Amino acid sequence: MDQVTDTDLSDRNAASRFERLYRFHGGLVLPGHHEISTSLPIKDAGVPPLLVIPLLQHIGETAEYLVKEGDYVHKGQMIAAPRGNVSAPVHASSSGTVIKLEERPFPHPSGFSFPSVVIETDGRDEWAEHAHTLPDYRQLSRVRLLDHIRAAGIVGLGGAGFPTQVKLSKGPGDRIDLLVINGVECEPYISCDNMLLQERSREVLEGVRILQHILQPRDCVIAIEADMQAAEAALRAAVTGMADTGIKVVCVPERYPSGGERQLIKVLTGREVPSQSFPSDIGIICQNVGTTAAVYRAVVENRPLVSRIVTVTGAGVKQPRNLEILIGTPFSYAVEACGGYSDDIDRLLMGGPMMGFAVSTDEIPVIKATNCILAVTREEMPPPVAALPCIRCGKCTEVCPADLLPQQLYWYAHSGNLDAAQDYSLFDCIECGCCAYVCPSHIPLVQYYRHAKTEIWNAEKQKKASDRARERHLSRQARLEHIKRERAERLARKKRAVSGKDGAREAAKKAAIQAALERVRKKKESEGISQKNVDNLSAEQAEKIREVDRRRQHKHSPGEH
Amino acid sequence: MLTALLTLGALAALIGLVLGYAAIRFRLESDPVVDQIDKLLPQTQCGQCTYPGCRPYAEAIAAGTADINQCPPGGESTIQALADLLGRDPKPLNPEHGEHSEKTVVVIDEQVCIGCTLCIQACPVDAILGAPKQMHTVIAAECTGCNLCIPPCPVECIEIVLVRQTIANWVWPLPQDELPGKAGSAQPKAAAR
Repeated sequence: MDQVTDTDLSDRNAASRFERLYRFHGGLVLPGHHEISTSLPIKDAGVPPLLVIPLLQHIGETAEYLVKEGDYVHKGQMIAAPRGNVSAPVHASSSGTVIKLEERPFPHPSGFSFPSVVIETDGRDEWAEHAHTLPDYRQLSRVRLLDHIRAAGIVGLGGAGFPTQVKLSKGPGDRIDLLVINGVECEPYISCDNMLLQERSREVLEGVRILQHILQPRDCVIAIEADMQAAEAALRAAVTGMADTGIKVVCVPERYPSGGERQLIKVLTGREVPSQSFPSDIGIICQNVGTTAAVYRAVVENRPLVSRIVTVTGAGVKQPRNLEILIGTPFSYAVEACGGYSDDIDRLLMGGPMMGFAVSTDEIPVIKATNCILAVTREEMPPPVAALPCIRCGKCTEVCPADLLPQQLYWYAHSGNLDAAQDYSLFDCIECGCCAYVCPSHIPLVQYYRHAKTEIWNAEKQKKASDRARERHLSRQARLEHIKRERAERLARKKRAVSGKDGAREAAKKAAIQAALERVRKKKESEGISQKNVDNLSAEQAEKIREVDRRRQHKHSPGEH
Repeated sequence: MLTALLTLGALAALIGLVLGYAAIRFRLESDPVVDQIDKLLPQTQCGQCTYPGCRPYAEAIAAGTADINQCPPGGESTIQALADLLGRDPKPLNPEHGEHSEKTVVVIDEQVCIGCTLCIQACPVDAILGAPKQMHTVIAAECTGCNLCIPPCPVECIEIVLVRQTIANWVWPLPQDELPGKAGSAQPKAAAR
């Protein structure tokens, strides 16, 4: 019953599309804890005294500094330029002076620092003057709009942070059947998309229209979770207020991780995105609602991405709520804006309880991928207990939304058999954490998968490096060989040339001597010069003279003997 | 009897011709085992194995004149891979050839460098850039960490540095809190092979 074919999808009446939903394999119904942070409206967190803006806030290449220490920057000014295609520029989130370009703590599970721009804000929060205002987007070409979205530094705000224009520019000739706007915030505690839809559904819808203009999809769906009643009401009101949008609002049942791109596509269409490929390969593109609103701001208001909505929640904060927060604001400042920590705070996480990671300091900045700052107490999230041996109960396999064999992956990741782990489709794992959640032995399964994935990436990098080293070594050897051969040839040529020249000179000398002798002889003959005083010689003397003459003859014409 | 002999003789001649042709047609320039071994070696080209580069060492292993445990940069994992490939038992790294260490690269102190080009001549992978009486520098991304440039340097301005861990090459650590021998004892060999 989960099967549906292409023709099914296209043949069905447009009106009835997406009324019947499908189920993905596995998944979990988790306590939501969304209500903790949705009672208060979104609050503007304001301008912190110091902004730390890292050069990398997403998957892809690090950006490059465009400013230097001491520069004054305006809000929205580009301070780092993208490098390569899968990269996004970084903008100053507020006006102020760049006081340092240095490595600063960065929200990453490694706890490493990362090159960042440190801005001392002046509190004026002055926007940079834009050289031009963008005309109505309907007049603009797709390429122009994508360039603009790239220049605005927009990356996916759902968590992974893939540069948006890369996702949108996938296959220019390809037909996109379905645009999915993902508002399914399935992970417990997080409510930033929910609040965005409640309060700014018009912005989101305008953004959707821009995406529709770029992609020209046949269908467009905004998917939200069934328990987001307030968001649904706001969204439906906004959709009815707009004429001829072709946008459909669909509520999907609560089941973690239905907000995952592949899972949501399965729920909406019944189709599966093949392993190792992207949704766009089957004509579907997914965008997060926050990203969509950011596209609206970039295209219509000409504002780059300098802030986002972050859920600050958990029993570890006094007043959990959603904040509109500048990129680069320290976590500590965000928590302060929510009344500070409660006394029994235990740990701080970036992201939700399922996919987030613990951070060791609250001096790290909010980045574009920060959707949630979660401060938990010991009661609500007990620290991990020691893992017990796997009993092969198979529960992990039942809940895996990617239809993998988690325990098999675990064995291979644990024993370092990375090839086998790859054979079992390790890279289709979305790290949702369902398997670890249900594991009766409390094995931190996802950490094993993450370890294996990063190990494999590193091994691949090393392989590439060693291949390059081999190539360089071989080309060096070939070059040395070539030089050696060339030198030997040159030497041989020279030798030949030298010996040839010497011979010629010798011959010329001999010829000159011969010529001189010849001249003397001729002169003697012509002038009748002959030996004098040769009369009355004894036989002995005559013999001596003949001998000398012979010797002379012999000496002067060695070639004639 | 005669027919059988003739048939078999003809068959033998035919097969012989085919084999002979195949031997010429599909002739391999080099031993494929050498290529396979060479692929497993780290290509540091450091010569610690006593051979002048990774390929000569691979040739020596294939010829049986060298053991599989002479490559310090490759370490245990290379020995294991070689043992798997050649169907031999892995053995510990021979300490005569050096110790396995983390990947390093070299850095030239550009203040001290006199531009003698000796290090450039020593570098097996052309990872040093410079010219006579000009400052030299190491292309860190291409440096294999063989350290062959260090002995020739007359002013000792080349230093070995560890390759820094960054977000790009960071590896998630394996969970620490597991009980000893837990998974290993449950499925020891099946998973390892």
